[in-house]
Amino acid sequence: MKLELREVRKSFGSRAVLAGLDLKVSAGEVVSFIGSSGSGKTTLLRCINLLEPIDDGTILLDGDEISKIGLDPNPIRRRIGIVFQSFNLFPHMSVQRNITLALTQVLGKQDDEANEIAKSLLTRFALADKIDSYPDQLSGGQQQRVAIVRALAMSPEVMLLDEITSALDPELVGEVLDVVRELKGSGITMLIATHEMKFAQEISDRVCFLDGGRIAEQGQPQQLFTNPSDERTRQFLRRVNF
Amino acid sequence: MLDIKIFAWSTPAIIALALLLAIARSSRNPALFPIRIFVIGYIDIMRGVPVILWIYLIGFGVPGVGLERPFNSPLLWGSVALVLTYGAYIAEVFRAGIDSVHESQRAASRSLGLSNTQTMRFVILPQAIRRVVPPLMNDLVSLQKDVALVSLIGPIEILRQAGIDKAKFANFTPYVAAAIIFLMITIPLTRTTDYLLARERRRTSSTRVR
Repeated sequence: MKLELREVRKSFGSRAVLAGLDLKVSAGEVVSFIGSSGSGKTTLLRCINLLEPIDDGTILLDGDEISKIGLDPNPIRRRIGIVFQSFNLFPHMSVQRNITLALTQVLGKQDDEANEIAKSLLTRFALADKIDSYPDQLSGGQQQRVAIVRALAMSPEVMLLDEITSALDPELVGEVLDVVRELKGSGITMLIATHEMKFAQEISDRVCFLDGGRIAEQGQPQQLFTNPSDERTRQFLRRVNF
Repeated sequence: MLDIKIFAWSTPAIIALALLLAIARSSRNPALFPIRIFVIGYIDIMRGVPVILWIYLIGFGVPGVGLERPFNSPLLWGSVALVLTYGAYIAEVFRAGIDSVHESQRAASRSLGLSNTQTMRFVILPQAIRRVVPPLMNDLVSLQKDVALVSLIGPIEILRQAGIDKAKFANFTPYVAAAIIFLMITIPLTRTTDYLLARERRRTSSTRVR
């Protein structure tokens, strides 16, 4: 099992966002999370990346418990890449430097090698001409693609995509989703929180519907989208006009 | 010329002290809680008392305990007082800059495996400092004027020299000259910063709103 969550709980004040959530993801699997706003999709991904400490439960990465209190989170985060809804590129750095910063400072690579990695990844995702640009000079879609490259450059074992198209103009969504399709082809394990139902259906090996801080229903996309067994799933899909 | 000398050596000291205080105050490490409390207290006290009083207290007080030359110079300790007080003022400017960098920048940096210290150094501070340059210049300009206060405790500086010359020649030209000397420093300083900031903006962003 690549990633396993057992009875994970997380509250903000009195609001329980994750209420004993269980999840198993095998290597190379692409799992999407759908559910209404506030259902815990984002919190789930942030907890896996240790950006939010969990209140209770266990998170295992390759069998190692990464949720232990007092564990240094930095070596773990190197193994898990995350892409955010709002890109979060560093605005004072060029595209190249955005990508090479962690390569040099965290992985200890030489500048030459880091630049080479940045260049080849940018070329692969048709961004080579943007290497010296600054984030503000790019479109939202380009920024998000750079953010994906930045996470990917660290060669993570798991990628977490947190509603990565939600802040984009509709016509820019496609280019970002193309990148995700290509990533799936490379066989990386991915967890995707999304509002793009069609995309979730197309790309996922498994779709999880979150409700009340747990996985209310999960299954193969075909089954879950066309023939959901849980009433809450049915209501949700109706609400989003799917 | 003494003014310029005091200004020249105290500015880097002030900036260094202020950065240190601001970083300490913004740290998130629970183990550093006592240091945070100390820094907050320090800033409150230094800012709560007028600069001139600190210059008197430290400028006369410290040499008064019987130090040997050259460490008994009121000029030296007057400047130290200036560094300590302005360090506190400017620390708050830096802290406002640090706080103004959105939390998501920290999240992005930490998610890549950078430590807290690396995040501060490479991601937060460069953005924070760019943002606070204009208010910082504001404070440096007023520092430049407060340097004149150090003169109250002994050494001759521009204003006093002007006072002496005025007494000698019974006209106000020396005061005007003193004012011009101040302006000759502050105006180029401000223009240079504006220029540097504008260049930075042009370099990093695509279009400007008119």
